[in-house]
Amino acid sequence: MAAVVEQVTSTELRPATAGRNPWALAWRRLRRNRIALAALGLFLLILVLCLAAPLYAHDVAHDGNVLNPNLDGTTVVAGKVVPVMQQGGGILKLGETPIGPTWDLHHYFLGADNIGRDVAALLLYGGRSSLQIGICSAVLCCVVATIVALIAGFFGGLTDAILSRLMDVIWAFPVYLLAISLATELLTHSNGVRVGILTVSATSLWTPTVIIAFIYVPYVYRPVRGQVLSVVNKEFVEAAIAQGASNFRLIFSEILPNVVSTVIVMLPLMIATTILTESALSYLSVGVQPPNVSWGTIISDGQDLLYTRPWVSLAPGIMIVLTVLALNVLGDGVRDALDPRAKLRVG
Amino acid sequence: MPPVLTFIVRRTLWTVLVMFVITVVVFFIFFKTPGVDPARALAGRNPSPQTLAEVRAQLGLNRPLWIQYGIMMKRIFITRNLASYSDQGELIVPEIFAAAPATLSLVFGAAVIWIIVAIVMGVAAARLRGTIYDPILMILALIGVSAPVFWLGQVCNYITQGGLHSTFVFSWVPPLGYTSFTVSPLKWFEGLVFPWITLSILYIGFYARVLRANLLETQSEDYVRTARAKGLSERRVLVRHTLRTSMITFVSLFGLDFGALVGGGAILTEVVFGIHGVGFLTWEALQNLDLPTIMAVVIYGAFFIVLMNALVDIGYAWLDPRVRPA
Repeated sequence: MAAVVEQVTSTELRPATAGRNPWALAWRRLRRNRIALAALGLFLLILVLCLAAPLYAHDVAHDGNVLNPNLDGTTVVAGKVVPVMQQGGGILKLGETPIGPTWDLHHYFLGADNIGRDVAALLLYGGRSSLQIGICSAVLCCVVATIVALIAGFFGGLTDAILSRLMDVIWAFPVYLLAISLATELLTHSNGVRVGILTVSATSLWTPTVIIAFIYVPYVYRPVRGQVLSVVNKEFVEAAIAQGASNFRLIFSEILPNVVSTVIVMLPLMIATTILTESALSYLSVGVQPPNVSWGTIISDGQDLLYTRPWVSLAPGIMIVLTVLALNVLGDGVRDALDPRAKLRVG
Repeated sequence: MPPVLTFIVRRTLWTVLVMFVITVVVFFIFFKTPGVDPARALAGRNPSPQTLAEVRAQLGLNRPLWIQYGIMMKRIFITRNLASYSDQGELIVPEIFAAAPATLSLVFGAAVIWIIVAIVMGVAAARLRGTIYDPILMILALIGVSAPVFWLGQVCNYITQGGLHSTFVFSWVPPLGYTSFTVSPLKWFEGLVFPWITLSILYIGFYARVLRANLLETQSEDYVRTARAKGLSERRVLVRHTLRTSMITFVSLFGLDFGALVGGGAILTEVVFGIHGVGFLTWEALQNLDLPTIMAVVIYGAFFIVLMNALVDIGYAWLDPRVRPA
C-alpha cells in the first residue's frame, strides 16, 4: 500500500512541475503544442508585416502616399515603363483596367486597384486597420463583458436578473443587422458623434471598433457569468469575507483571477470573430470608411474587377483566412493548455 | 397545469417581452442617437426641405416620444404602410414579405447541405481518430470556419462565371441572380447551387467540429460502454446511442443558426450572388441610406430570431424533461 501511494505521488508531483503556478504549467503545455505555436508564429508574422506597412510603402511609393489615387502613374515591368491604368483593357474594350500582378516586389507586386493604388501596399495598410479593429474590439468586448459578468454574478439577485435580461435582448438581435443599424445611424451624421468630452468622427476606426465590441458582449458575458457563479460561493471567498475584505477586493482579487482563464481562452477566438465581422461590415460599406482601407474594403472594391483582376479580391481574402485560421488554431491550443480536461467549450 | 404547459406559457410571455424591448431599442437607435436628427437620417441621402417636412409630419417627430414610438409601430405592424423616402414611396413591409421566399430558399437549401455533410464529416473524424484523416478533416473544417463567406462567394463566382464558365463543367451555371421557384424550378435550382454550397461551408466546418467533440465525449459514457458490452455492433452503438445523444446539441444549434440566417445572417451571401432576398434589400437600402427600410428589416429579422429561439426552447423542453424547470 505504501509503495502504491509513493508511486502515485512521484508521478503526480514530478520535480519539474511541482509547485509551479498554473500559468507556468499552461505555458509549458502550450509550448509543447507545436501546431498552436506555429499558429502563434503565423499570427505574429502577419501582425509585424502589417505594422511595417510604411516601410514597404516607402519602398514602392510613387508620389509619397500609396493610399492616394494614382490614375496617371507609371510603373516598370521587365525594364519598360508602362502606365498603371491601361487603356482598352477589359471585356468591353472600354475604359481603363488597372495593371495586373507583376510579381515584382518593388513594382505593383499584386497589381493595382481601380484607382491605381498598389494592392500589395494596400494589403498591409488594410491589415493594420483590420487587425487594430479586430484586436481592440475583442479586448474591449472581453473587458466589458467580464466586468458586467463579475457584477452580475457577484451581487446576484435583482442586479443579476436585470443585467442578464439586458444581455438576452442584445443577444436576440441578428448580429449583422444590429451592427448595420448602429453603423448607418452613426455614419449618416458625417460630423461624428459627441459623447461627453469624446468626439468620434464618423470615419474613425473607433466607430466600427466600438460597434463590433458592443454586439459581441453577450457572447462573452454568458460563459464568464457561469464561471463567476461557480466560484462565488467557494470556501476561499467565504474566507476572504471572514477576513473583512471589501466587495471591490472580493471581486477583483478573489473572483477575477479564477475566471480570467475563461476570458483568455475566448480572446483569440473573439479576435477571429471580430476580424471576420469587420471585413463583413466593410464589405457592406458600413465598416471602415475612406480614406482608411481594410481587408474588407479591398475585397469590396475588388468585386468590380473580379473577372479581370481577381488578385485584388483574392489577396486580402487569403490574408483574412490565414489570420483567422491562425487565431482559431491558437485558440484551440490555449484552451487545451489552460483547461486540459476541456471543461470550457467555446464554439 | 402540466409542467410543459407552464414552461410554454412562461416562455411565450418572455418572448413577447423581448420583442417589445427590441422594438424599443431599435426605436431609440433610429430616433434618439445623440447628435443625429432623426428626420434627416430617415429621409435618405440629401433630402429636400419638403421631404424633411413630410417626414416630420408623417412620423409625428414634434410630438411626445411615446406617440412617435406608437406611430412607428403602427406603421410597421398594423397598417404596414411605412414608406421609403429614398425609393419613391415604396411600401416597405410588403417589399420585405415579397423578398422573403428568396432568402428562405437560400437558407433551406444550404441547411440541407450543411446538415448532411457536417454529420458525415463529424462522424468520419470521430471514427478515424488516431489516423491522419481526423486532423485533415478538422483542418478543412477550421478553414471553412475561417473564410469570410462573401469572399468565398467571390472565389466561387470567379470560377463559375469567369474563366471556367466556357468549359462544360460550369457552362450550365446561370448568370447571378434569383429565379423564383414558381417561374422555373430548374432555373431556381441551378441558380442556387453555388450560393447554397458557399453559405453552407461555414456551418459545415462549425457543426462537424462540434459533432466530433460531442461524439468523443459521449464515447466514454457508461451507457455506451454498456451497449458495447451487450455485443451491439459498432454501427448500432453509433447510430442508436452516441449519435442520438449528440443530436440534441446539434438540433438546438440548428434552430438558432437557421433563425439567425433567415433573420439577416444571409445578407452577405445574397449580396455577393445577387439574390434578391431580404438581405439584398437591406444592402440596397444601405447604399441609399434608406433608414426606414433598415429599421423595418431589423425589427422583423429580430422577431424571427426570437421566435425561432422560443420554438427551439419549447421543443427542447418537450424532448428533454430535465430542462423544464430552468
